[in-house]
Amino acid sequence: MAQPRLEFRKVTRSFPGKGRGRGLVEPLVAVADVSLTVADGEVVSLIGPSGCGKSTLLTMAAGLDRPTKGEVFVDGESVEGPNRHVAFMLQKDLLLPWRTILENVELGLEIRGEPRQSRRAKAKEQLARCHLDKFYNHYPHQLSGGMRQRAALARTLAVDPDVILLDEPFSAVDAQTKMILQSDFGATFAATRKTALFITHDLAEAVALSDRVLVMSHRPGTIIRELTIDIPDRANPFARRQDPRMGRYVGELVELLHINERGDQAPNHGGNAHD
Amino acid sequence: MTSLLASLMRPGVFGSLLLAVAFAAAWEWLPGLAGIPPFIIPPLSDVLAESLRMLRIDALITHTGITLAEVAVGFLLGCLLGMVVGYGLGMSPTAEMMLSPYILALQIAPKVAFAPLFVMWFGYTVYPKILVAVLIVFFPVMVNVLGAMRTVDRDMVNLVRSFSAGRFQIFWKLEFPASMPALFSGLRIASTLAVIGVVVGEMVGGNTGLGYLLVFGEGQANTAMVFVTIILLTVIGILAYAAVIIAERSVLHYLPKRNLGPA
Repeated sequence: MAQPRLEFRKVTRSFPGKGRGRGLVEPLVAVADVSLTVADGEVVSLIGPSGCGKSTLLTMAAGLDRPTKGEVFVDGESVEGPNRHVAFMLQKDLLLPWRTILENVELGLEIRGEPRQSRRAKAKEQLARCHLDKFYNHYPHQLSGGMRQRAALARTLAVDPDVILLDEPFSAVDAQTKMILQSDFGATFAATRKTALFITHDLAEAVALSDRVLVMSHRPGTIIRELTIDIPDRANPFARRQDPRMGRYVGELVELLHINERGDQAPNHGGNAHD
Repeated sequence: MTSLLASLMRPGVFGSLLLAVAFAAAWEWLPGLAGIPPFIIPPLSDVLAESLRMLRIDALITHTGITLAEVAVGFLLGCLLGMVVGYGLGMSPTAEMMLSPYILALQIAPKVAFAPLFVMWFGYTVYPKILVAVLIVFFPVMVNVLGAMRTVDRDMVNLVRSFSAGRFQIFWKLEFPASMPALFSGLRIASTLAVIGVVVGEMVGGNTGLGYLLVFGEGQANTAMVFVTIILLTVIGILAYAAVIIAERSVLHYLPKRNLGPA
């Protein structure tokens, strides 16, 4: 097999215990001994209970945080800090309110010192792909939540990353917008052949959008199961949702996460601001 | 023209105008009816007459101009200093930790109490007045800027960092523009404080400016003169405040307009 685009090799991340100075407090182990690979052009979802360290994995892949133990590789290079290969996208669109949509999409290229002409052209190309070509000069507050999230995707794609990291990008929009965005994203990932690691709480979303789903355990988070989604047509999440195998996969994930046994902690119900 | 007329007829504006007329009338006639002598509350007409006398004899325009210039210079320098220190401390948490107790102490100290000291240092010149204004303007600007720097969304910082931004780029692309709303609310407060600083400086020493006229009028028991001076000081304050508002409108144009009802 070719070299994986993204690889976690025995990654552990712990944070110093709270209450320093008042005796020894055990450090908080967010993720323990996680190994995973994402191949070129593959979309892999990461699901797990709240607080299992999914987002911690993502910040390490983005180079914003370093593992306590182990290493993260992107394109075979050890991740030492933010780099050109990776871009991330969160639940919040993080559009800068004082910039127009076009200027927001240009942000990454601008920071990287790309000349004005070419960064403007690239930004327009991505906005057109995301069906926002009529909104170049609008400000973020003038757009709906779904449009803003598409603008955030355009900004992510504009820097042409090899790997896209997504942390629950659809969890702040309403159910219908969510389905439309999922279908947009599915088509875009297929068309651009981007590699993506995708965190979500929504089991159906994970199955509909991914080639593989990785299931994480409670803290300290580690990968307990890998599920290969054997349904064709990843580019079209709508079609996938119609497939009879869809329900089986979701059922399997429900079993794995013991959702049916713990009514109190259904993972798609909630604030996971802490993980 | 019709739109002007229409805006004048809006209930709020119309009420405001009506109130102004009622206030002027009350000022003119109520004190006399209530038996309050003119040296306590001179009627409006006396104050207007006094202002014309001051224009002719007391070089009112010169004094007003001097005060206005001191306010402008003190305000600009104080804001600049507040911004430099605010952004500087925002960039360096270590410096902030080191300096914060002293800044707090200086912030609590009543700034106008420094006026006599500055007069002793710099004599009867414009400098002590400007310096008091600088000192009093500095804090609201610095505190607001520093607060805004501290509360920039961490995820936004991470986003900019993920594009491999350096420290200065994070400041210039994110923190500085993100601090604009807070900066402007600091500037609004500062614009009115600048007038206070200058007037106190003028009252303490020297023979120029509206603060001097204020003390002079008091010494002459010329109540109308004091009233004229207070009104002019208010006008200067309004000018300073309006300048901030105009700048704010053009800088913060991207913020959603507050719903002010039918225009």
